[in-house]
Amino acid sequence: MSSDLSGCGAPAGGVTVTADAAGKEAIVEGRVTVGGVPASTGYARLRGSGDEFVAEVPLGEDGGFRFFAAPGDWTLVVLAPGGVREERQVPAAIGSVTKVEVAV
Amino acid sequence: MSRSDVLVDADWVESKIGEPGVVIVEVDEDTSAYDKGHIPSAIKIDWKKDLQDPVRRDFVDKTGFEALLSERGIANDDTVVLYGGNNNWFASYAYWYFRLYGHDKVLLLDGGRKKWELDSRELAREVPSRPATSYIASEQDSAIRALRDEVVAAIGTKNLVDVRSPDEFTGRLLAPAHLPQEQAQRAGHVPTARNIPWSKAANEDGTFRSDDELRELYGDAGVDFGKDTIAYCRIGERSAHTWFVLHEILGQANVKNYDGSWTEYGSLVGVPIELGEAR
Repeated sequence: MSSDLSGCGAPAGGVTVTADAAGKEAIVEGRVTVGGVPASTGYARLRGSGDEFVAEVPLGEDGGFRFFAAPGDWTLVVLAPGGVREERQVPAAIGSVTKVEVAV
Repeated sequence: MSRSDVLVDADWVESKIGEPGVVIVEVDEDTSAYDKGHIPSAIKIDWKKDLQDPVRRDFVDKTGFEALLSERGIANDDTVVLYGGNNNWFASYAYWYFRLYGHDKVLLLDGGRKKWELDSRELAREVPSRPATSYIASEQDSAIRALRDEVVAAIGTKNLVDVRSPDEFTGRLLAPAHLPQEQAQRAGHVPTARNIPWSKAANEDGTFRSDDELRELYGDAGVDFGKDTIAYCRIGERSAHTWFVLHEILGQANVKNYDGSWTEYGSLVGVPIELGEAR
């Protein structure tokens, strides 16, 4: 996983959380499995309350993803090959980690 | 310039794999994506190591661009097909570079790596070897690149299109929501800018919306198609995506990408900044 944050893009699975960052950020993270197997190819995206796009990360090898969101309520959208598309409503709050498991 | 001149679909690219005179190039921020599998015959360009000056904040000069393309085996008369992750952000950025240095035969794969992956198309791990060329670049085309003084001068006169997310635009965040919040000294946006996030120009699978949808999007958001336009984001790659839409797909004249973007503007001393919604 890349730790180079000079760009705007997201490394697969999302950026690693440091202990320092964890207390200051509103983190949404989780894992996607398809048929019980981690979805290593696919994407997780966050949409806001107005249905607007907020962020997207490619899933990691373990199907994992992580976002550093603003506090609030978000819609998580998961896309994977084979027409897989799942939505989940997720909250985010500063200093906490919202865990989301998506099993398709 | 119009959509059919600059954009190709995955079927077209599949039909061109291995064809002489066509070079498929993946451009990702995270180059490990290429290493895990890429479109067969594709080579890679690293947006940072290959395209950025290693010392100054600027991109490679003409000589550096010539050396890069020569070493990668890209000739002046080759058709270059760019694609990448992040909905083609960095591929659009590279496309803008190729145009900046005068390479006319350059195309973008609609949907980029994401659409290719979601379609379950073939990905290869074999890294192709291409014989070196002697690439000759043109001088930079300043008609498509905006520098900071031009952005300040454009306040209230030209279209300023801030393509970051609403939270970055209003000053609630300094970086996209998948990154820790750091970077520029101040949050906010350039006064008079319209906030039209890059993502509104793309479908969920990463392909671009139709011409009619795109014209409606920018027109409704306050872009005056009779005026010159400068697009910016945080470091200039999401705005390259919007530059591609306005200049290449919709054929708007006088559209520039401000690659210094918010990491430069938001750290300048003394320039005006607005917070909150667009006024």
